[in-house]
Amino acid sequence: MARITLSNLAHSYLPNPASPADFALKQMDHVWQDGGAYALLGSSGCGKTTLLNIISGLVRPSQGRVLFGDRDVTDAETAARNIAQVFQFPVVYDTMTVRQNLAFPLRNRGKDAAYIKARVDQIAAMIGMEAILDRRAQGLTADAKQKISLGRGMVREDVNAILFDEPLTVIDPHMKWELRTQLKSLHREFGHTMIYVTHDQTEALTFADKVVVMSEGTVVQLGTPEELFETPAHTFVGYFIGSPGMNLLDASIAGTCARLAGAELALARDYGTPQGRTQIGIRPEYVTLTEGTGLPFALTRVEDVGRHRIVRGTVEGQPVNVVVPEGQALGAHLTHVSFAAERINVYADDWRIEGGAA
Amino acid sequence: MDKVQNNKAWFLVLPVLVVVAFSAVLPLMTVVNYATNDTFGNNQFFWAGLEWFEEMVTSSRLHDALGRQILFSGIILAIEVPLGIYIALNMPKKGAWASLCLVLMALPLLIPFNVVGTIWQIFGRVDIGLLGRTLAALGVDYNYTNDPVDAWATVVVMDVWHWTSLVALLCYAGLQSIPQAYYQAARIDQASRWAVFRYIELPKMKGVLLIAVLLRFMDSFMIYTEPFVVTGGGPGNATTFLSIDLVKMAVGQFDLGPAAAFSLMYFLVILLVSWVFYTVMTSLDRQEGR
Repeated sequence: MARITLSNLAHSYLPNPASPADFALKQMDHVWQDGGAYALLGSSGCGKTTLLNIISGLVRPSQGRVLFGDRDVTDAETAARNIAQVFQFPVVYDTMTVRQNLAFPLRNRGKDAAYIKARVDQIAAMIGMEAILDRRAQGLTADAKQKISLGRGMVREDVNAILFDEPLTVIDPHMKWELRTQLKSLHREFGHTMIYVTHDQTEALTFADKVVVMSEGTVVQLGTPEELFETPAHTFVGYFIGSPGMNLLDASIAGTCARLAGAELALARDYGTPQGRTQIGIRPEYVTLTEGTGLPFALTRVEDVGRHRIVRGTVEGQPVNVVVPEGQALGAHLTHVSFAAERINVYADDWRIEGGAA
Repeated sequence: MDKVQNNKAWFLVLPVLVVVAFSAVLPLMTVVNYATNDTFGNNQFFWAGLEWFEEMVTSSRLHDALGRQILFSGIILAIEVPLGIYIALNMPKKGAWASLCLVLMALPLLIPFNVVGTIWQIFGRVDIGLLGRTLAALGVDYNYTNDPVDAWATVVVMDVWHWTSLVALLCYAGLQSIPQAYYQAARIDQASRWAVFRYIELPKMKGVLLIAVLLRFMDSFMIYTEPFVVTGGGPGNATTFLSIDLVKMAVGQFDLGPAAAFSLMYFLVILLVSWVFYTVMTSLDRQEGR
């Protein structure tokens, strides 16, 4: 086990990348702490899988180094890195039984038979496959096969890290939750570094201690689920995390005052005069409907999602969503919205800026 | 609802029946007819029963030809299948080289059988052929016209040259259908090259390999043109395979009765062996699915 350091890393699938757009992964420095449970979150095609394959050695980065602890493994083969990886779609060895499948990574590394048997039984119990250990893997259902893949990923105890590439895509929802819980308890028990790629924020936020959010080949934020929610470092994190995402409104900023088209809003901190495109961001959970205080709000639609309602509308022509908790009455008298001042984030060219004391 | 009975519909099947009758049933029955009759010429036939069949079944000439045939099919399968797999594994998977390889591999398959025979007949000649001259210059005593071993070697190499591509191309298609993730998983699992072949590539190729073996068996068991052009079945009877012998008997000696009995049995043998092949291999497949 080791800390994984990505230093000055970038990757392009083209032989001679010219512009930044040619890079699947833009230059980054990143450290995965030993024993951490990370989720790598981002929309499809943002470079998550590329990053994972670089760590496991399936892809060699076009520039930069990969270090395990203090050892430079940039040029090391996958086998030499001692990494486990589970792929999005099930990979099983058809002609082998479930038991042989689970034992395969251990057998290839020359472990002794008694140890292999004990370990396979342990993993089989974890994925709930003791009963069919001696069946051929070929005829099994897709989610059974994916469980075998997961089991094969976890069967080795001494791996440097276990990488999961959207492993629960093909698993049915009930089983998804159960397997995720098992992964989590496995992490607590053995303390492997785990990196879990997903585009599902619930999955990311429930699995990980630290979430890495990626967008267009760049890591935009590394933080705890709470940090991602309260202080998104980038507008992408703002609208990608949360349901619905953060409200982002174009506004010109001057010190502690944000000016929207026809209205002014007081900010809790002093932001000076930031350049570029400036926006304020506020979570729908921190917006309240009022009878007159705050900004004028034009309601367009109410969605009842069960535990709460989402009220959609506009403020000065820009869309704003409000989360209204259960039990609170709605009515025509609620014509304004007020933003909780200390929850407002300010963005210049999509990146969050830190304010000074007001 | 009452079904309307309309027997005129049977007439719609008639064209097919006529075509099949003229293309398959009648020629086959002619052969059956010849097989059960004898003639002293003058187009006068009399009933011979199973006499020709008895004669053929006990004929050492037929036994020898069958033995040679089985040996030939065995040898070329033993060479072409592993060689085809090996070539398929080493062909480039994508890019310009892959296209070039595919075209080159397909070329021998496009050459007519008798042209292949002619090519090798000339290629192997000691007086003017590139192969024959070269071997002679190297001091190898090679002459396919009077040495049975040389004749066999020539015929076998020619068949390998002509048909290995087929096995290779089928295997290549099977290999191309394996998702990249399987190879990646194998690398993660630290599988050896042999294990990758044994547990990933071979299982995925099994379906096409079955077809390849079946096709190559049937074709090689019926082979006629190429060895006939090269060796004419000689030296002596060394490369006289079943088809060559059959043609000799029917067209050369004009022994229509024995030849007809022979061809019926030949047909049944191929049918039987192909059926056994197919049944064994598909049942293996089903067992593995369990």
